[in-house]
Amino acid sequence: MQFDTPATTNPIDRLKVVGQPIHRIDGQLKTTGRAMYAYEWNDPNVSYAYGYPVGAAIAKGRIKSMDVSDAKKAPGVLAVVTTLDVGELKKGNFNTAKLFGGDEVQHYHQAIAVVVAETFEQARAAAALVRVDYAEEKGVFDLGKAMDTAVKPEESQEPDTAVGDFDVAFTSAPVTLDETYTTPDQSHCMMEPHASIAAWNGDELTVWTSSQMIDWWRSDLATTLGIDKEKLHLMSPFIGGGFGGKLFLRADAVLAAFGAKEAGRPVKVALPRPLMPNNTTHRPATIQRVRIGADRDGRITAIAHQSWSGDLPGGGPETAVNQTRLLYAGANRMTAMRLAALDLPEGNAMRAPGEAPGLMALEIAIDEMAEKLGMDPVQFRILNDTQVDPENPERPFSQRNLIGCLEVGAERFGWNQRRGPGSRRDGNWLIGVGVAAAFRNNLLVPSGARVRLDREGIVTVETDMTDIGTGSYTIIAQTAAEMLGLPIEKVAVQLGDSRFPVSAGSGGQFGGNCSTAGVYAACVKLREAVAQKLGFNSDDVVFENGQVRSGNRAVLLAEAAGSDGLVGEDTIEWGDLSKTHQQSTFGAHFVEVGVDVATGESRIRRMLAVCAAGRILNPITARSQVIGAMTMGVGGALYEELAVDTRSGFFVNHDLAGYEVPVHADIPRQEVIFMEETDPMSSPMKAKGVGELGLCGVSAAIANAIYNATGIRVRRYPITLDKLIGGLPDVA
Amino acid sequence: MRAFTYERASSVEAAAKAAASNPEAKFIAGGTNLLDLMKLEIETPTHLIDVNDLGLDKIEPTQEGGLRIGALVRNTDLAAHKTVRRDYGLLSRALLAGASGQLRNKASTAGNLLQRTRCPYFYDTNQPCNKRQPGSGCSAIGGFSRQHAVVGTSEACIATNPSDMAIAMRALDAVVETVKGDGSRRAIPIADFHRLPGDTPYIETVLEAGEIITAVVLPPPIGGRQIYRKVRDRASYAFALVSVGAVIQPNGTGRIAVGGVAHKPWRVEAAEAELPTGVRAATGVLLADARPTEQNRFKVELVERTLAAVISEARG
Repeated sequence: MQFDTPATTNPIDRLKVVGQPIHRIDGQLKTTGRAMYAYEWNDPNVSYAYGYPVGAAIAKGRIKSMDVSDAKKAPGVLAVVTTLDVGELKKGNFNTAKLFGGDEVQHYHQAIAVVVAETFEQARAAAALVRVDYAEEKGVFDLGKAMDTAVKPEESQEPDTAVGDFDVAFTSAPVTLDETYTTPDQSHCMMEPHASIAAWNGDELTVWTSSQMIDWWRSDLATTLGIDKEKLHLMSPFIGGGFGGKLFLRADAVLAAFGAKEAGRPVKVALPRPLMPNNTTHRPATIQRVRIGADRDGRITAIAHQSWSGDLPGGGPETAVNQTRLLYAGANRMTAMRLAALDLPEGNAMRAPGEAPGLMALEIAIDEMAEKLGMDPVQFRILNDTQVDPENPERPFSQRNLIGCLEVGAERFGWNQRRGPGSRRDGNWLIGVGVAAAFRNNLLVPSGARVRLDREGIVTVETDMTDIGTGSYTIIAQTAAEMLGLPIEKVAVQLGDSRFPVSAGSGGQFGGNCSTAGVYAACVKLREAVAQKLGFNSDDVVFENGQVRSGNRAVLLAEAAGSDGLVGEDTIEWGDLSKTHQQSTFGAHFVEVGVDVATGESRIRRMLAVCAAGRILNPITARSQVIGAMTMGVGGALYEELAVDTRSGFFVNHDLAGYEVPVHADIPRQEVIFMEETDPMSSPMKAKGVGELGLCGVSAAIANAIYNATGIRVRRYPITLDKLIGGLPDVA
Repeated sequence: MRAFTYERASSVEAAAKAAASNPEAKFIAGGTNLLDLMKLEIETPTHLIDVNDLGLDKIEPTQEGGLRIGALVRNTDLAAHKTVRRDYGLLSRALLAGASGQLRNKASTAGNLLQRTRCPYFYDTNQPCNKRQPGSGCSAIGGFSRQHAVVGTSEACIATNPSDMAIAMRALDAVVETVKGDGSRRAIPIADFHRLPGDTPYIETVLEAGEIITAVVLPPPIGGRQIYRKVRDRASYAFALVSVGAVIQPNGTGRIAVGGVAHKPWRVEAAEAELPTGVRAATGVLLADARPTEQNRFKVELVERTLAAVISEARG
């Protein structure tokens, strides 16, 4: 189905199932431990072997030699495969750093061997016996120092944009701000580690893995192994979190494939937690300069956002200026991204790449600018709203209700109780409130599905879409149920299998809208097949209450299916609506923090998010997405930082003890409000993404609340107590 | 993890004797720290002596009016014990500030005293570390050192002792009772139990080969306001950046032990004498010889501010 004109009324609008607060249909499998994650796949007739990876002990250089003789002799060992054994491998299309093969070490903990043994413990013990002789080379590990060497990335990345004359407008503006903000490297830290089981059958390979994007992985694994993609069967039905860390093929799948080949047995490989931050990808650190000029009445006349980030050669920039191109009005504007070559592990997508770190900077700057103007920061944002793409005013937003989010949020939160910096106290706590806008683009990706109707009247949806904890199973079932007039119990959903039609996958908050739109398209095909079989005129056919009706004829769906059943399959493709209209999602975050007056510990007291993100397909799963994202924003504001050892070039705090993410005690009552909205430009579902929107702006709202509590403006994340105590009131 | 042999000891003396005769043996009780370190091959004992059956799991009053805490009393049980909560509130509070419910259910009193540092370079076997591999160097010096010690450090090591419980034990003047390999017994004041790193950061306590802890003895209760204040980035499940264990008497005198700043629980009696003068004076003495790194310089001020908050709470 080609979606190139705005959606009109369609069966989804009935909202009997879609839009309803339905609990996860896979929830019981998960709460009872029966959902089988990658590492847990178990065929009782198969004797699995266990592979344990070895990570490089240097950040950059070459491997001169490897001695695996002791490892091979260790108890239980079946095979040892080294990066030298397999030689240079082709790199997957989506990988910047190579995952395995050859003598070059590009980053710390790069996979350089896998040891396969009868048990996990034997494999781990033997892996410690692999001896490596390195020729270490000097690398570049410090973004701050490499900033001056940063270059303009390729034009395809749109590194520079400019409208009007920023310099002139900024210089002549009566009120200006020019500040620099930094965000650190961050790690996804999903609960389920990267894990794969590989099983060869002749030249055919089956891999159970933990992947957000089945088809990307399938292509890249086939490329890396040098096999035909058609010979590769990939499955990833359940995923214990990804956050972008499982978008691209990872070493566990490659090592499992090589290990299984060598051992002649199916092999399981999971990345050990301490290997994950350096072996895989991370959100790259940024240095961001924001300049804003405004009239005295608060109208922005000039806005500029520049961002510097680093990556391995061949990588891309963190697109932290994205939102500044679209979020606020202003006739004179420029954005620029510069990329430094660093020898740290690969930087890549992590939940809301670009906008998450970009808003961490921009939304502090907006708060600072409002203060300079003597304006309320909510009012300042409302005043500078735009209903068109400010770089291209011919182009309106499809829907944009930032103002509604700010106004509803301010009302609900009690924003008018806010006082000046450092003026509210509750015992030992300095209390402050902060606000930030949330913004994330709505991306459209083709997505396919197959829908089968059987003679029992059961509809089964098959798509390679993944559920990374987001609720894909449920909203897909809701979509099929709505389209075919069935209760959700009559719909089965099968996901994450490369034998199914290629879907959008889970990323960029496009999965929910695009995958359900693909299911919608397939259901349209199935409805046509049903109508055709019954000889109904498909224009006036109604699917309702398990029946298909036309005029005064009504037939049970089960009957219509007949003994052979019926199938509909299609892929949603996208026309120009995202070019003619800017499609984005909006929100507002409100936060109250307490800062301990003596120690500077910041603790969150209240959080509210208001989101305008198109139709909400399921308010329960959508809320879960947003509160999870808000929690991630707390981590980004207050704790999360991969500490770079700039001498030897690696992330030092590479486990969950050293890299702190929020725990339950850190998270207070969280409230989420979804604005009534449908967006006919976004898809037949009229929905957009919400999973990343919930993160965008949270950390800045917290930073602004800390400023309001203490009067201390911290522009370097995370805002840990050491950055505050020097400015707190005397307590001795 | 390397292969090891395992025995369940039947008596304290037998356990001590077995350990003394095998330099590669280790005792195991809760295993909450040891097993993690064995998986990473930071600890590589070839023999484990399980001491869980030794009956050292009782909390009993002493003749002097104090409390004898068996070495195997679990952290959860110790924190919840009625007498501990009533008379040694500092200890109960310190215990509950550490780890998680699951870990406290397993972790023993003696094991808590013997837990090893959480320095990330100690945990990464690719990196030089004098504590893990004597003579290899200290990666934390000049590296990521925000969590590290500021006082009592050496050129060889700036690691901290991560225990919360030990801070309370130090403030309460606990005594560690042991049995050596030859069957002899001794009582070690907690002040002497942990060592500063010096040139031998891999030697963390004064225990001799085979010497087993049987109990930790608390002197009779000393009253006062007993406060444990643990400062950390997140609200739970994190090691202290700085912690202050304090027993403050109504007349303003008191005892102060500080965590997160040194290779051992840090207490300077001369600093306590300055308490009536003020927090700044007391901190000045407490951290007189501090040599912080660029990254952990904030801890000096943080100790003073946390101590001020604790004193203010004690008086309030």
